[in-house]
Amino acid sequence: MSNVKRNRNIDTAFKYVGIFFTFFGIAILLIFLINILIDGLTRIDWEFLTNLPSRRASKAGILTAWTGTAWILGLTCIIAIPIGVAAGIYLQEYGRKNRLARIIELNIANLAGVPSIIYGLLGLEIFVRIMNLGGSLLAGALTLSLLILPVIIVATREALKAVPNSLREASYGMGATKWQTIWHQILPAASGGILTGIILALSRAVGETAPLIVIGALAYVPFVADSPMDEFTVLPIQIFNWVSRPQEEFLTNGAAAIIILLLITFVMNGIAVYLRNKWQKKISW
Amino acid sequence: MALPFISEINGRKKSAGKQQRMKPIEAKNVNVYYGDNHVLKDVDITIKENSVTAFIGPSGCGKSTFLRTLNRMNDYIDGFRKKGKVYIDGKEIYEKKVRVEELRRKVGMVFQKPNPFPKSIFENVAYGLKIHGIDNKYEINETVEKSLKQAALWNEVKDKLDKPALSLSGGQQQRLCIARTLAVKPSIILMDEPASALDPISTAKIEELITELKEKYTIVIVTHNMQQASRISDRTAFFYLGELVEYGKTSEMFTNPKEKQTENYITGRFG
Repeated sequence: MSNVKRNRNIDTAFKYVGIFFTFFGIAILLIFLINILIDGLTRIDWEFLTNLPSRRASKAGILTAWTGTAWILGLTCIIAIPIGVAAGIYLQEYGRKNRLARIIELNIANLAGVPSIIYGLLGLEIFVRIMNLGGSLLAGALTLSLLILPVIIVATREALKAVPNSLREASYGMGATKWQTIWHQILPAASGGILTGIILALSRAVGETAPLIVIGALAYVPFVADSPMDEFTVLPIQIFNWVSRPQEEFLTNGAAAIIILLLITFVMNGIAVYLRNKWQKKISW
Repeated sequence: MALPFISEINGRKKSAGKQQRMKPIEAKNVNVYYGDNHVLKDVDITIKENSVTAFIGPSGCGKSTFLRTLNRMNDYIDGFRKKGKVYIDGKEIYEKKVRVEELRRKVGMVFQKPNPFPKSIFENVAYGLKIHGIDNKYEINETVEKSLKQAALWNEVKDKLDKPALSLSGGQQQRLCIARTLAVKPSIILMDEPASALDPISTAKIEELITELKEKYTIVIVTHNMQQASRISDRTAFFYLGELVEYGKTSEMFTNPKEKQTENYITGRFG
């Protein structure tokens, strides 16, 4: 009897400990959010979004920063998605499962965990110096593509792996080629998982600062980029620049820019969740 | 896309009177290995056309493996190796010049668990036509209707062709899979325990369907159900430990088996 009672007590205790830590995490996040909102929300207006950077805090805006982020995001999409998805498809559907495949698999998983500044150094050497792209948008997008490729490849493989084999057999059994099977059956069934992985990878890229600083992204860019070869800045670098200044007004600017950056990542994550739910509902085995 | 088999199928129908000469499936000394595992040993068999041939035997005896060897569905399994010859309509199907897509079109397959595509009922049946390059809408509509009728499913689904195939019951899904296979006009249909996941009423429907389909198609069915084999098949092949132990007319084999192992198995003494 006493044993049962003890076990039940432990059970209840663990429940409350769990609840405490859950709310602890949420509370910290809320305090941070509220703090930022109080500091920065009043600073956000149309001018803030459309003004170029300035030495005077009240005139400074984030136009170059958010357009830079949009450029980087778009270019990274164009570079990383086709390569990452194609590599994932090859490794999962075409490649033989031999020792080499296992080594490649292990390495890709490891690459996903390499600190981003290492990718920055790689980008600096290869894209900025050897390919002579300079501190351009293209160099930045290529570097970030390297950074998120492992994540996209792993997400693609996981999504493909989740498609039941019976679907492949059904298609092959009708006389479909491998590519027909992948294109008509497997990719549609896996697209929810692949898209979710891509969006989460991109929202990681949006927040990256270190590799872009290493390849020479500038904090002060007085014009909006109109070609991939232009110099650029992005939101995180602008934020980093502002919050490291001593003047109170610039800190407010930093808080306001953080709100915009958070908004972008929340929206992207929201889209990822929406897509995942939509596909899960549509396809159930 | 060139379709050499179509003319052959038509040619075969015309010469239906000369049934004795046709050998839709012939296997000679077939050995199959998965890695070091020797799963089929010297299998020799000739299967007659427009008949139902049942493969029976305990789990792991190689009957499903042999079935899948007949339309090269084992090709994607790592470590698969084959020795010996498999002829479909007199042609060796493992030769390099054979296009496996054409082979599988001609030798259709129905699987153990109903596996419709997560698309509409219509698209499930039309898929085979699409991948083989048929895009004439009239022809597709026509073939979809004909195939669903042949699979005895048309009356149940004709008003909801755009509904998801996965909303059908298990038995209906399996008949949809049969319709899907019929749509690409095979001459041989391989069935891997097609009724094992179904309830008795759905099973009866599938069995009735198989009996109807043998008029036009050569059917090979793997089954664990001895009564099913005796009900629907003309000939039965008993596999045990990778060997073809006995092969003959179902009526004779179930009443008067030649081999002791066969008798033990069909009387339920093991397996």
